[in-house]
Amino acid sequence: MKDTSQINPLENEAIYIMREVAAQFEKPVLLFSGGKDSITLVRLAQKAFYPAKIPFPLMHIDTGHNFPETIAFRDRLVAELDLELIVRNVQDSINEGKVKEESGKYASRNVLQTTTLLDAIEEFKFDACIGGARRDEEKARAKERIFSVRDDFGQWDERNQRPELFDMLNGEIEMGQNVRVFPISNWTELDVWSYIEKEKIEIPSIYFAHTRATFLRDGLIWSADDDVVYREDDEQVEERMVRFRTVGDMSCTAAVLSEASDISTVVQEIRTSTISERGARIDDKRSEAAMEKRKQQGYF
Amino acid sequence: MEVLKIATAGSVDDGKSTLIGRLLYDTKSLTSDKLEAIEKKSQQLGYDYLDFSLATDGLVAEREQGITIDVAHIYFSTMTKSYIIADTPGHVEYTRNMVTGASTSQAAIVLIDARKGVIEQTNRHFFINNLLRIKNVIVAINKMDLVNFDEGIYNEIKADFEKLMSKREYQDQKITFIPVSALKGDNVVHSSENTPWYDGQTLLEHLESLDTQDIYNTGTPRFPVQYVIRPKTADFHDFRGYAGKVYGGELSVGDSVVILPSQQASKIKNIHFYDQEVQTASRRSSVVISLEDDVNISRGDMIVKANDLPKIEKQFTATISWMDTQNLTAGTKYVVQHGVNKVLAKVDIIHHKINPDYSGIQEGVDALGMNDIATVSFKLNKPIFYDPFKEHRTNGSFILIDTKSNSTVGAGFIQ
Ligand SMILES: Nc1nc2c(ncn2[C@@H]2O[C@H](COP(=O)(O)OP(=O)(O)O)[C@@H](O)[C@H]2O)c(=O)[nH]1
Repeated sequence: MKDTSQINPLENEAIYIMREVAAQFEKPVLLFSGGKDSITLVRLAQKAFYPAKIPFPLMHIDTGHNFPETIAFRDRLVAELDLELIVRNVQDSINEGKVKEESGKYASRNVLQTTTLLDAIEEFKFDACIGGARRDEEKARAKERIFSVRDDFGQWDERNQRPELFDMLNGEIEMGQNVRVFPISNWTELDVWSYIEKEKIEIPSIYFAHTRATFLRDGLIWSADDDVVYREDDEQVEERMVRFRTVGDMSCTAAVLSEASDISTVVQEIRTSTISERGARIDDKRSEAAMEKRKQQGYF
Repeated sequence: MEVLKIATAGSVDDGKSTLIGRLLYDTKSLTSDKLEAIEKKSQQLGYDYLDFSLATDGLVAEREQGITIDVAHIYFSTMTKSYIIADTPGHVEYTRNMVTGASTSQAAIVLIDARKGVIEQTNRHFFINNLLRIKNVIVAINKMDLVNFDEGIYNEIKADFEKLMSKREYQDQKITFIPVSALKGDNVVHSSENTPWYDGQTLLEHLESLDTQDIYNTGTPRFPVQYVIRPKTADFHDFRGYAGKVYGGELSVGDSVVILPSQQASKIKNIHFYDQEVQTASRRSSVVISLEDDVNISRGDMIVKANDLPKIEKQFTATISWMDTQNLTAGTKYVVQHGVNKVLAKVDIIHHKINPDYSGIQEGVDALGMNDIATVSFKLNKPIFYDPFKEHRTNGSFILIDTKSNSTVGAGFIQ
């Protein structure tokens, strides 16, 4: 490479944001879910500080409902890059009686994560949490700032957001407040996938087509491999060739039929696909304003 | 992939949301579940057409009020470019949001309702886009279907707008007029048979033709140091690099540079992007620079070419856009964030307010309220290294931060 003119502007922006976090905050953390967006964040952080190590830890809020492939992948990545990993479990919040497990057909631990996250932020006194949310994911996210200030209760006040001008990021906060930072705010799903392809970034195998025991509900395909997803007796299990487009909580992450078994076919598929990513996540379909409500309560 | 950020401006009901929805629909950027939601909602509302404005409408509060209240970002792409639209509301009070949306954009679309023509609000929309020195402005004359695609009406509106153009400060701004119907799709993505008299490009064709090398305002290279990288590992024991983004121009290995504020001279030894070494750091790239000499540099310092210094001053006069519910008054202290550099500043003199509709100035004001635009002088507790905004869009701008609430309360453009 002779000059840097060919570098993706979105990548330049994300690296800039990573460095602002390291410079402006005392205790930042990167929220790591094991999904492709947070894996992309790790690569961007590496690039931002190379040849030094990433100057902040990763934290995984583990719902206990992760795909086993994701956890194995996470541990390998952390070991390879010599990073510090903090894990906090939703199960502990349940055991301590802080949250109550949902039951029934649409039971999910996605909402419960919020409490575990907020407790962890308080425990470690994190003042900035880097997340992989993108504005194109959902209508309510379209207004999210890159530096988004949360109050003592982790709440997001969408009416009272700081304006963000030029590329100047104002990270001034008071004691008790913290900032959620979204370096890939301006990326689309396709941007992320193309980046993974170009950079040859490794991602968990469940993103690629594989045969899996599944069942159908509400027109979506669910994993029947583990006991995590509640299944009624009349919901029939069938082997299908599928892949996952997101790897959140298994109980609310549906699979899509796919033959795309490597990164280039996945990118090809995304390019021509017509179902948006969150269409395969039941938690957003619960109600149109679902995301917004969860955000106000402190969800990522 | 090139990225083009576009700000939109228009009064309520001029059809901004419909236009954006139409762009998404005609570029096949609406996913099937989103399209389904729009069809369902349109039906519920009893429309016999698809209400594309539903593709962009954001928060619950807005759905209740029926107007957009903040900056929303919308994404779509073609084979050649990724587009980011900063949708900013058209309501009179929201100058603040328009300035915000425009501050990161390289192009702007100003909407005019063909039935109404150039109205007072149009002046404001144009004023702000010109104040922010957005290089390309597209004037979309919308709802042409409601005026029978009449060429005469289009030409009249164009002539009215051209009168405004003579008053603008940034004369090099490129202005393009396009007659469209957002609802029916004329000249948005597909060129229309209803306007045989118009032989220009459609809106999308025009956006596609903008050269992304050209859309950024250029200037001299400025490198504000964001972060100092010192790995102190066995492999990189003595490595000391300065991380930051290059603005305005490019920097190359071997360039003679000066570090501000210390004014020490040195030369660029290496430029790194991740694990690669490059000869030249291009505009807007996030790189790491090492110097030949061991100089003491920290965040907020600036590396510039030796023969091309910015102004180094403890005071300046700027045009500011005030964004807070609490007034700005003379004598008050704020933090000026200029790039990554922060200094304490005191409001010295409020010279005058500028009416953002080309109707003149107001003198003798002693306070600024939300959405006011004014010329103000500041005194700083230490110098900053700036260029006038009209020569350098990045190094000539700053934000104001309230020292108590920590909120961003204004934006400024240094004269
Ligand atoms: N006939 C016609 N109606 C339009 C056109 N563009 C928008 N509208 C209608 O004008 C109204 C306001 O449009 P909307 O996009 O919500 O305006 P916004 O407030 O600027 O976002 C809606 O009823 C639209 O259907 C157009 O080109 N032709």
